[in-house]
Amino acid sequence: MTGTPAAKPDTAEVVLAARNVAKSYGQIHALKGVNFDIHRGQVTTLFGENGAGKSTLMKILSGVIQPTSGEIMLDGQPVAFTNSTEARDRGISIIHQELSLAPNLSVRDNIFMGREIKGPMGVDFAEEERQVRKLLEELEEDIDPLTPVEELRLGQQQIVEIARALSVDSRILIMDEPTSALSATEVEVLFKVIRDLTAKGVSIVYISHHLEEALQITNHAVVLRDGTMTAYAPRAEIDLEWIVRNMVGENYDLGSPPGGYDFGKVALSLREVTVADPKGGDYNVVDKLSLDVRAGEVVCIYGLMGAGRTELLETVAGRLRSSGGEVVLEGKEVSHLSIAERIARGLALVPEDRQRDGLVQTMTVGQNLSLASIAAFTKGLFTQRKAEQALIDRTIKEVTVKTSGGGAAIGSLSGGNQQKVVIGKMLATQPKVIMLDEPSRGIDIGAKAEVFRLLAEGAKRGLAVVYSTSEVGECLSIAHRIIVMHKGRISAEFDSTVTKEQIMAASGESVAA
Amino acid sequence: MSDTSISRTAAKGSAQPFSLVRLLLEGRAFFALIAIVAVFSYLSPNYLTVSNLLIMASHVAIYGILAIGMLLVILNGGIDLSVGSVLALCGVLAGAMMQGIELPTFGVILFPPVWAVVVLTCAIGGLVGALNGALIAWFKVPAFVATLGVMYVARGVALLQTNGLTYNNLSGRPELGNTGFDWLGFNRLAGIPISVVVLATIAVLTGLMLSRSSFGRWLYASGGNERAADLSGVPVKRVKITVYTISGILAAVAGLVLSSQLTSAGPTAGTTYELTAIAAVVIGGAALTGGRGTVRGTMLGAFVIGFLSDGLVIIGVSSYWQTVFTGAVIVLAVLMNSIQYGKGGRKS
Repeated sequence: MTGTPAAKPDTAEVVLAARNVAKSYGQIHALKGVNFDIHRGQVTTLFGENGAGKSTLMKILSGVIQPTSGEIMLDGQPVAFTNSTEARDRGISIIHQELSLAPNLSVRDNIFMGREIKGPMGVDFAEEERQVRKLLEELEEDIDPLTPVEELRLGQQQIVEIARALSVDSRILIMDEPTSALSATEVEVLFKVIRDLTAKGVSIVYISHHLEEALQITNHAVVLRDGTMTAYAPRAEIDLEWIVRNMVGENYDLGSPPGGYDFGKVALSLREVTVADPKGGDYNVVDKLSLDVRAGEVVCIYGLMGAGRTELLETVAGRLRSSGGEVVLEGKEVSHLSIAERIARGLALVPEDRQRDGLVQTMTVGQNLSLASIAAFTKGLFTQRKAEQALIDRTIKEVTVKTSGGGAAIGSLSGGNQQKVVIGKMLATQPKVIMLDEPSRGIDIGAKAEVFRLLAEGAKRGLAVVYSTSEVGECLSIAHRIIVMHKGRISAEFDSTVTKEQIMAASGESVAA
Repeated sequence: MSDTSISRTAAKGSAQPFSLVRLLLEGRAFFALIAIVAVFSYLSPNYLTVSNLLIMASHVAIYGILAIGMLLVILNGGIDLSVGSVLALCGVLAGAMMQGIELPTFGVILFPPVWAVVVLTCAIGGLVGALNGALIAWFKVPAFVATLGVMYVARGVALLQTNGLTYNNLSGRPELGNTGFDWLGFNRLAGIPISVVVLATIAVLTGLMLSRSSFGRWLYASGGNERAADLSGVPVKRVKITVYTISGILAAVAGLVLSSQLTSAGPTAGTTYELTAIAAVVIGGAALTGGRGTVRGTMLGAFVIGFLSDGLVIIGVSSYWQTVFTGAVIVLAVLMNSIQYGKGGRKS
């Protein structure tokens, strides 16, 4: 790679190594015996889809969580961090995807947060400022140390995070998706910073979904899939195709498009749906998007983070207000209806974040399942317990939730079963169209396959299914049609014979010819 | 398990080994009440008599009615600091109506019958509550701030109404046909004070609403996770406005009962009652974060506070000590809440 003059990168000193690192959460094995080395002054990139175990691995390396088994070797010595401060003291810092800066405080105060330099008169602000200035100079970033962080652009905030990591003399810097919020020029700046750092002997662990971009900067690639390391190789031996193959696997069966029947009439029709940026930006997160979905059809919406998938689905469900266009359900315009009215007419959404938007943690499994169909078992003033119980039992059976019964606490279920509860809740409303935003997020491969089987069965019965995903392997499962979204628009449309590379190319993820 | 919600009983009842600590923790308000009754009965022979229990219960009624409204608001994840002031405002307005409403344009003074006074007062309470609800649900004012503001405004209006004075004559006159206001505070139904009957009726109705009606389910769901409830089609804003409206109406009812008991309506009545109501709800095991709590628990909480402070009066402990004891009980209750829900949180 450019910027690293080492002729034989593999012989560079190993600073940090993972040996058979495994992590289990109860029944769920997030990591199953991972081995790799991090070399001094080089960039090691972790590749893998969502849920592959990248973030678990990073948290282990940075001491946030402890491995169930296996060892972390620092400079050849096994280490066991009990928390992230210990790891930081040994020179390992992590920059999370969601920046952990206090927006109201200045750059200086953020960098020294929690370890202020004490002088005779309290905090020695002058000395802090001097050090911050020096750091920012090294990073060639023209930011005044006294600027509140909230006034900085996201890219600059990232630089502040890096400065903070460097201020504790980090030798190993873990970066989780550092470019996801950056513009192209900011990415260039970041890469330059990374090259400078590696030249100074800092090791970088880099995580990114932007494969092409990561390939520009990395020296080594580690590929994870479902908690297992599927490949580990130096940059010289690999290319994009190799990464994709190892990331998604070749025998990755999530089912095939259900067949043997004809699609019905158009169930859901979007006509030039437009959504302005809900955060008040002057652009549209969904831009005049039109799409027809027929009864019995399964449509997959693929796109990167920020492509506008979630905003599109939430607008169709009635949570976000559209700034233009129409949503037509079975020939009737529903754009002006509330969420409840849309559910009653057969339009249901399974949200992306099940903890935040899907489940009521204070309620039982059964109460969660019946939440969206209360009207179905209410007669007059009161709910009918028998009718509700019947609905709960039926749904638990239908979506195969593994639970001791409707009375169990929702928190006692595994992620996959919780997801089935959210799906079951919406299926219990007997929808005509079901939309699922990243239905496989954070669930294991077995549960994933079951969720897709469930959706395929629904489609056979005439349900129109729309699901979004950021994992390309999931497009090539049960979907009859694959829509690729990029910056709020449909950038490509494929049938189920498309290849993974074609889909990724259309998403703007990697345009390696 | 006497004060746990249906959901929690069902959730935790399965496959959990019996544990004394658990039982004590979940039934704490109930055991606390038994302990209070036992201790004071031992200290004073007059404590555990039917007549004293009924008198104490009629004192509890005021807090109890407010606490039920507060429970609904807290289940929704909110707080209503205005109830004490709304109580005073409604009491004063009811008092004013008993004195006669002067309509200068027509040159007449109207003396509405007592039932009309009651209905109008409840309507006023409901309106103030709806104002709280609208501020919180539509204009996104934090519940604490909105109800704090309304608390001051309502108190101020009550003071303005009477110019700081108190209406002392509420019994009405037979020739005007508006007698009977004392009935609420003094009469008994089969030996039970009317105020206690009112409390029991409201408690039973609210309990039914929470456990059996779809509104109850909406309330638990939107208090537990508003975003999830919203996406499941629960009308979260309507639920929010409704609970504050009910809380306002119940504050008006409490105001009527209190002024009837005292046969006077003053603008400073009910000061800090909102805090007592919150304390009752918390002692009753409800979570201030919303989604957990029952009417049964809240009633036990109200009785714990009422029986404790009346007991201290009966055995002749200074009122300063009563304040200390009440505070200690509240802190203890919240401490147990965090132990209980803290465990639940870790498990999930």
